[in-house]
Amino acid sequence: MKSKQTFIDPLIDNNPITRQVLGICSALAVTVKVEQALVMTLALTFVVAMSNTIISLLRKYIPSSIRIIVQLTVISTLVILIDKILQAYMYEISKTLTVFVTLIITNCIVMGRADAYAMQNNVKDSFLDGLGNGLGYGMILIAVAFFRELFGFGTILNFQILPEFLKNGLMTMPPGAFIILGLIIWVQRSLTNYVEE
Amino acid sequence: MDLFVHYLSLATKAIFIENILLAYFLGMCSFLAISKNVEASQGIGKAVIFVNGITVPVNWFIKNYFLDSGALSWIPITSLSTVDLSFLAPICYIATIAALVQFVEMFIDKFSPKLYNSLGIFLPLITVNCSILGASVFMNERGYTLGESAVFGFSSGVGFYLAIVCMAAIRFKLRYSNIPDGLKGLGITMILTGLLSMAYLSFSGIQL
Repeated sequence: MKSKQTFIDPLIDNNPITRQVLGICSALAVTVKVEQALVMTLALTFVVAMSNTIISLLRKYIPSSIRIIVQLTVISTLVILIDKILQAYMYEISKTLTVFVTLIITNCIVMGRADAYAMQNNVKDSFLDGLGNGLGYGMILIAVAFFRELFGFGTILNFQILPEFLKNGLMTMPPGAFIILGLIIWVQRSLTNYVEE
Repeated sequence: MDLFVHYLSLATKAIFIENILLAYFLGMCSFLAISKNVEASQGIGKAVIFVNGITVPVNWFIKNYFLDSGALSWIPITSLSTVDLSFLAPICYIATIAALVQFVEMFIDKFSPKLYNSLGIFLPLITVNCSILGASVFMNERGYTLGESAVFGFSSGVGFYLAIVCMAAIRFKLRYSNIPDGLKGLGITMILTGLLSMAYLSFSGIQL
């Protein structure tokens, strides 16, 4: 029961982006197209689930004074790994993601979950927590990308949906990302009745 | 003279046209959390300028003398001159940043308590600020020279400072407005940042 809760909670009620305000950078940057968002979700979910597992395995041996640097080392190693895998098997998409795969290192979701959750909990729960947070992040990412691609290019996953003349260039530029994410946060918070003081 | 114009154009580009916050979305987490307060925003803004100005050139040295293909040829062992360690770049950059931030913190604590009081609490936060690692990664991708990377590091910090102080001022005014419940806090800040970023878009196309 508790394990299920650990997994479900970050998906909706305690979503990392809209509630915990973590990992906003990449949620805005790699959401021009749904394809990118899917690959980014995959990469981040892998990193956060694996880093949570590894940190949780090591939690009894890490001295608290140097825990940040230990966590950063584990996370950067995983990020280099996934970066090289993407470059080898999905070269075209990895080029559009540019620096943002590398920047998963400083993505606050990964650091935040490793420090706040994996340092205190057992391996199974930490893995599920990482998985849940990665997918919760992915949900918002894909939602933002869906609207940006639909209104910006008139396509979904590169299939033409809207006619050519309805394309709105602003959606493909930075302001579009901010405004769409703002509106999604509004919807999510209204549904879960959360009010920030 | 030509060099000066080149640097000036690079700086303008990093501050206004390709603002690290509003065009590349780097450093959003601290931007959203700290822009509630004008004074704290100034503190973190200055800390970002300071740390970026130091870490980007230092990482340039790491890249060019340790990591690039053939960069180790200054060591008189022939087999080392073909080694390519560039896949280690991210981990080396973040380690350099973490170590430098710690060092800078100790240094200014000892020599300038006044500066420490205004920057002190923000320095540890900066290690995991994406705009710092981001600037170093951009330096790596775009192949800047030493001079360019110093100018770029400093001016992307200035860009961050401008954007965060501007946002803090807007949010200060926002306290007196009546906002729908679900939009309070993060939601309205996001939309305002969108408007601010739209304003910055008008700088695009400026060429020096």
